Amino acid sequence: MAEQKPSTAIEAVESGLAAQGYIASRQIATAVFLSQQIEKPILVEGPAGVGKTELAKAIAAWRGKKMIRLQCYEGLDEAKALYEWKYAKQLLYTQILKDKLGEVLGGAQTLHAALDQLHDFGDVFFSKEFVEPRPLLQALEQPGGCVLLIDEIDKSDAEFESLLLEILSDFQVTIPELGTVSAITPPTVILTSNSERDLGDALKRRCLHLHIGFPEQRLEERIVESRVPGISQTLRRQMVGFIHEIRSLDLKKLPSVSETIDWARVLVLLQAAELDTDIVKDTLNVLLKYEADIEAAAPQITTFIAKAARSNVFG
Amino acid sequence: MRENLHRFFRAARGVGVHVSPAESIDAMRAVSQVGFSNRTILRDTLLLTLAKSQDEKLALGDCFDLFFSQPEPRENEPEAGRNEDASQSADQSSQSGSTSEAGEGQPPEELGPLAQMLLSQDRNALAAAIASASGAASLSDIRYSTQRGIFSSRILDAMGLQRLRDELDELTATNPALAERLRAALDALREMVRDTVSQGLALYAREEAENLRNEILRNAPLARIERRQVAEMRALIRQIARRLRERYSKPRKRQRRGHLDVRRTLRRNAAWGGVPFLTAWKRKHRDRPKIVALCDVSGSVAQVSDFFLLLIHSLHEVVDDVRSFAFSSHTIEVSEILEKKSPEEAMAEIMSKVGFGSSDYGSSLVDFEKDFMSTLTPQTTVIVLGDARTNNLDPRADILRRISERSKRLVWLNPEGRLAWGFGDSEMPRYATFCSVVRQCATAQQLERAVSDIVATYQ
Repeated sequence: MAEQKPSTAIEAVESGLAAQGYIASRQIATAVFLSQQIEKPILVEGPAGVGKTELAKAIAAWRGKKMIRLQCYEGLDEAKALYEWKYAKQLLYTQILKDKLGEVLGGAQTLHAALDQLHDFGDVFFSKEFVEPRPLLQALEQPGGCVLLIDEIDKSDAEFESLLLEILSDFQVTIPELGTVSAITPPTVILTSNSERDLGDALKRRCLHLHIGFPEQRLEERIVESRVPGISQTLRRQMVGFIHEIRSLDLKKLPSVSETIDWARVLVLLQAAELDTDIVKDTLNVLLKYEADIEAAAPQITTFIAKAARSNVFG
Repeated sequence: MRENLHRFFRAARGVGVHVSPAESIDAMRAVSQVGFSNRTILRDTLLLTLAKSQDEKLALGDCFDLFFSQPEPRENEPEAGRNEDASQSADQSSQSGSTSEAGEGQPPEELGPLAQMLLSQDRNALAAAIASASGAASLSDIRYSTQRGIFSSRILDAMGLQRLRDELDELTATNPALAERLRAALDALREMVRDTVSQGLALYAREEAENLRNEILRNAPLARIERRQVAEMRALIRQIARRLRERYSKPRKRQRRGHLDVRRTLRRNAAWGGVPFLTAWKRKHRDRPKIVALCDVSGSVAQVSDFFLLLIHSLHEVVDDVRSFAFSSHTIEVSEILEKKSPEEAMAEIMSKVGFGSSDYGSSLVDFEKDFMSTLTPQTTVIVLGDARTNNLDPRADILRRISERSKRLVWLNPEGRLAWGFGDSEMPRYATFCSVVRQCATAQQLERAVSDIVATYQ
């Protein structure tokens, strides 16, 4: 890998992801390449639906690795993200082993001696067998490495970020009773964020920061082409052009790539040959998710279709 | 090249991208992976490793383009074309024919390296020489535009200008044509160096200049700010808001934990026969600030109120609930206007509704008590911003007393200096008796401290 020229390596990443149906821009490919080379997580930011989560899935599929996903939400804590003790199992085992324990401790004369003997068992009940690994620990324990997706990190609490720092920088976690667990093979870590709140500097510092915005027209056409093969070229151009016009409006929620793909599927299902005002009006609710947005866009539809068609001729 | 990267990191700090030593190490590692051969990949790499938000990416991208664009020698300079014109352009040979005959072929051997370089028109060598000379003259230390001259001459000295001058003097006597050529080349060189220094100034001095300007702006009286500075002031206020947000938006969890919650503990451990494996703790309830701001928007105080409202309303993460009211002779609620519109439009609308009248604190307070007294709760901090100049009308301090009784704290921010309080029609002393805190608030810095204190009381 090292002797390979970086530009060819980056192209290899691009085509590898493309084979999984993910059309990556040069920047995304560079980020993926670098994260592998210098073993750093990627923090992906961008509006909803531009393919942040898809990127992780595509990387996992391309490298043939397992993907472990940790969906963040408010109140997510160590016990759900990292590891948990199997309390019930511990309790059950103490009950089962009660007699055995009595036997072992039977020889002791004083309470003190019994306690000493008890110490000799060491931490039988706090050993690997009683740990329930949660996504983060699972990711470290994969022998062949994996892709760890920490989704929507901005939804979690600020405290949770601090918990992640050790994993992100050293690929290890510390469990007080067991010691430090290091990764067998460092996982590829992808964090995604919708910028709902500002993440801490400590977290950002440990990651490569990748911002995925709305793609350019050409790129988006290629994405639609790869995701919805049944669509004709004219229609594809028209609809992508139309969506780019819509994005220039001041809306609550701009349509993103996932909406483009959905819309393309809908248009194929309806067997539309090209865009016209009626069909756009009928299917606008696929693109726009707020009533106010639909009302704002409705009067512009005809103009936008005309514009998209014109750019089609010249572009 | 490593040296160049270090200078780039300094330039990056100049445009406001925070580059810590650890980040520069990471960037170095990343760059060593991708190499310098492909500029777009290098650019992407640096943007990925150094920038941490979209704004930073934009700033850093511009910085990168500026940094790695070397000032080229101008094509239209006569001697730039002179080297090639003998072989290529026929129309130019007429104008430079005399010199190319005189200078025929290689420059004489006895000249110094700089003269050789200038005469042979080796652009890459010249650019490299300028780069190393600006390193020697530590161009990256340039701070102010007035230093341009001294840095230019330092760079030229480092390149061996002295020797070139001596040689020029000699040549004028022995070979005037060659001397003429050399002189023209020297002028072109001066220009290149000047461009290099200007570029250096743009790269390295921005941070310093901005700090200086912000420092001045922070301590300038808000009420008398010039129109052209208003936009800068708004940016500064946003910066302050961001700082306050960072400081106060993440309360520590540890402090919130209170006593053992027996009921919840028992319920949670019902499965184990009430043996408390899992404990549940009560949380100390902590209020986030609830603020009611009452702003005077009459002529003299309007500008300060503007900035104050902008600051308060950009603290969403920290402050739970802000209701703002503006008054000069009567009071209206302006929260919604401020939330929905851009700061400029919002202020214009507020001003058109109540602004610029002569202030009447008495009737404004009556309005507030009549319509909005119910917004006050025991958790509310009431902030009044005004100069307390009542135009000799009834101040109605009794209403202020009732406001103070209903709320957690009553803070009065006065843009006037303490010395002016109580003189003329200022009713400040009378109002002050009912306020928890009275502060002067004339500059951005005082504004920041005042708001910071208010938010801190809730932590």
